[in-house]
Amino acid sequence: MFLLSLLCGVPLVAALILLAVKDNGTRKVIVKLAAALTMILALVSAWTFYREPVFTFKLAGAVSEFVLAGDVVLCLIIMYLSCRSGRFWIALLALVQTGLMLWMETTTGSTLQVTNDILIDHLAVIMMVIVGVIGSLITIYALGYMEDFQRLEPDIEDRRPYFFFVMFLFLAAMFGLVLSNNLLNMYLCWEITSVTSFLLIGYTRTGEATHNAYRALWMNLLGGLCFAIAIVYLRLRFDTVELDQLLRLGLASFNVTLPVALLVFAGLTKAAQMPFSSWLLGAMVAPTPTSALLHSSTMVKAGVFLIIKLSPLLGDNEAGLLAMFVGGVTFLFASFAAISQSNGKKVLAYSTISNLGLIVCCAGIGTFEAVWTATMLVIFHAVAKSLMFLTVGTAEHHVGSRDIESFDGLFNEMRTLAVCMAIGICGMFLAPFGMLISKWAAMKAVIDAGHPFLMLVLVFGSSATFFFWTKWLGKITAIVPGRKNLEADVHADEWLAMKTLAVLTIVVCILFPWISSAVVVPYLQNVYHEVVEVIGQENLIIMSSMVVLLVILPLLSFGRGHKKLVQTNLSGENLGDDLHYRGAMDVDVPVTLRNMYLENWFGEARMSLAGGALCLACIILEFAQLLGGVAHV
Amino acid sequence: MSELMNNLLFGIAYLILAPVVGGLLAGCDRIITARMQRRVGPPLLQPFYDVLKLTEKQEIAVNLIQDFYVGGFLLFVMISGIFFFTRGDILLVVFTLTLASVCLIVAAYSSNSPYSQIGAERELIQTMSYEPMLLMVAIGFYLATGTFSLSEIMHGHAAGIIFLPGVFLGLVYILGIKFRKSPFDLAMSHHAHQELIKGTVTEFSGKTLAMVEVAHWYENIFLLGFVYLFFVWSAGWSILLGLLACAVVFFFEILVDNCCSRIKWQALLKSTWLVSLVAGFINLLILMYMR
Repeated sequence: MFLLSLLCGVPLVAALILLAVKDNGTRKVIVKLAAALTMILALVSAWTFYREPVFTFKLAGAVSEFVLAGDVVLCLIIMYLSCRSGRFWIALLALVQTGLMLWMETTTGSTLQVTNDILIDHLAVIMMVIVGVIGSLITIYALGYMEDFQRLEPDIEDRRPYFFFVMFLFLAAMFGLVLSNNLLNMYLCWEITSVTSFLLIGYTRTGEATHNAYRALWMNLLGGLCFAIAIVYLRLRFDTVELDQLLRLGLASFNVTLPVALLVFAGLTKAAQMPFSSWLLGAMVAPTPTSALLHSSTMVKAGVFLIIKLSPLLGDNEAGLLAMFVGGVTFLFASFAAISQSNGKKVLAYSTISNLGLIVCCAGIGTFEAVWTATMLVIFHAVAKSLMFLTVGTAEHHVGSRDIESFDGLFNEMRTLAVCMAIGICGMFLAPFGMLISKWAAMKAVIDAGHPFLMLVLVFGSSATFFFWTKWLGKITAIVPGRKNLEADVHADEWLAMKTLAVLTIVVCILFPWISSAVVVPYLQNVYHEVVEVIGQENLIIMSSMVVLLVILPLLSFGRGHKKLVQTNLSGENLGDDLHYRGAMDVDVPVTLRNMYLENWFGEARMSLAGGALCLACIILEFAQLLGGVAHV
Repeated sequence: MSELMNNLLFGIAYLILAPVVGGLLAGCDRIITARMQRRVGPPLLQPFYDVLKLTEKQEIAVNLIQDFYVGGFLLFVMISGIFFFTRGDILLVVFTLTLASVCLIVAAYSSNSPYSQIGAERELIQTMSYEPMLLMVAIGFYLATGTFSLSEIMHGHAAGIIFLPGVFLGLVYILGIKFRKSPFDLAMSHHAHQELIKGTVTEFSGKTLAMVEVAHWYENIFLLGFVYLFFVWSAGWSILLGLLACAVVFFFEILVDNCCSRIKWQALLKSTWLVSLVAGFINLLILMYMR
């Protein structure tokens, strides 16, 4: 238990210290120290708790009052912030949910008996490692990045102490969230992540940033409201606020579909599923470490974490169908929308939304193989996506744009970075993440569960995924002559984070058969009391050896050879440098190459309208069915 | 154990024989095409002469790394064929094939030349068009036989075509893309002239181009293997039926090649997805509800 309080406490204390430190040098030392400590603590506690399948713990009674006070303070902060900017409906959202919680506490009094405040199973261990390792690396990266950011954007007020304070607070809240079994505690952490993401998105204080930050806030508060209603319902009807009790009730065929659906809805908003995906897209305006943190290890993962936890209760009921179809539709339309984007961060955002859609969809199916897929996706996505964001952030600072079209010749300008980026891209869509897990296992799960339309969504969505990733990969691997090296002044902190993540991506890709059998399968065995072989072990090993091949081959033979170099074909009018040709009227025309974006087919507005409408219809339908059902009973 | 040995022998036989048979098929293709156009056509072994000549050319390149990617293309095509002929998993075959096409596309991109880049883009659109159908073929066999494993699929109780007529139609449609035949030869064409010069392979020459050619032979053989799959079951004589079906499909693709002009990518994407939806998906839908 001491370990756990350290795990949450170290980031919390670091946050407070960083708020006070104004000096850049001191901050660097503290951030690195805190990040290293957090990482070590996360790994040590992961190892400690890995050895028992489920560890439970009861906190002292005073903690619950502390949590309630936290809810109230948070509510006051939100109300102050939203009233100050004249957005009273957001204040109302916060007021209603905290009011609900207070009302529940005062009317039901102290009758509530909580057995386990904290529950650590293997899923929590996985999340702990993801948050600890990837989150910490991102904070280290942020050191170098923010220095450049403030230098390149002199108009933006330097509020770095505040920035790092919020980042570490975020990590602490995430640890709290994944460890909680008591929904009241989880709810507090849930709300803290909503508020911290709001603060991070609005960091630059420009009009757009503020607007997007408030949008993220209200969408997440809407989820928070459903979370609160679910808690109150559970408390009044079943006299419990514990997640494992909820699972036990559901498996004993009590009718808990309504609170489960409400919690799933909360998860959907946090995981940025359509029609709530706009908050994650809007979050792009924040400095890159924020996006990396939101997209990979925290925030959105909190949403899918909750849904995966609930997955034994999902399946062919309203709550399960809600997750399945909203996730599936989001996967399809977000992948399509990514095709039409040339802004690197936006492509990443859409790809995150689509991947989360797949995770939510699989968790919604709720069978052994589907949840295996969902959990594996969480791991791979966290590593590869954080790497992608960090490389795009660094490229943006040194190339001067985050547009993929401006990454022409990145391979010549910033070779190491391009290699890291290529590893990230391959990690996202090639073996094993993109093929074995997000196609094979997901397809098998969907077919075995008998959902033909979800199968359709998977088949078409994954071909779109292939399209937009390969086109990006092609752009950064093109050899453009005559570029100078821009890599020299990238901060060492940024390299440390990016190279570690690149190595991690490769390691995870190679070791995934082991990850499956060591962590994911034991977790599922504990939940489902059976083991299903999703993909045969020999196929896993074949895939893993193909990844080894992909890593070894470039080392052996990349760029070797002694061929005579010649010019590219510019129809006989090449001016000699491959970069210009003689055009009409004897004018020198520079060669510019652009990718296809199929805007008329997969335009963003169309895709988000179609996806949003379908998902909204699905949400309304499922809830109407649920509430109608309750009223009849 | 004998099963394993058998499979291994098949794999080795594929590695050695596939380029021979693939080259001969290419020769037949050229003769039949010529006859359809009232020409005599080249000798049967002409594709081999072409490739041998390519290997003797002076070694030139626009950069030193494209050979690596093209080599990767050949390697992964060979690996996916090995998975097919050692009767591995059908999805593994499909994925390795995708990996191979990524290599070819990146090779085309790496040269930073306009013609090859447009070729690469079109190749991407082609891949996006046919991939859903290819996955549906795998899913179709899974639904019909309950497994993705090729050895079990080949020893089923009845031919796949009985359960999967729609999926088969869809496969024949996308085979046109994979064989690089008109009207789907947008990215690169075997015909003498097209608007992209040689599209994807514009900047490859000599041995590099020869590798692409050989990879194409390998690819054709196991693509026909997919056709074969639909017609074999545990009965011994079904092997003949399967080979006959391959011959008919191959002839049909040549016929279409000579009757059609190249279409735009819009028409390609639209028609392929439509065929996948109508023929493939409806077939799968019925199978899924029958289960």
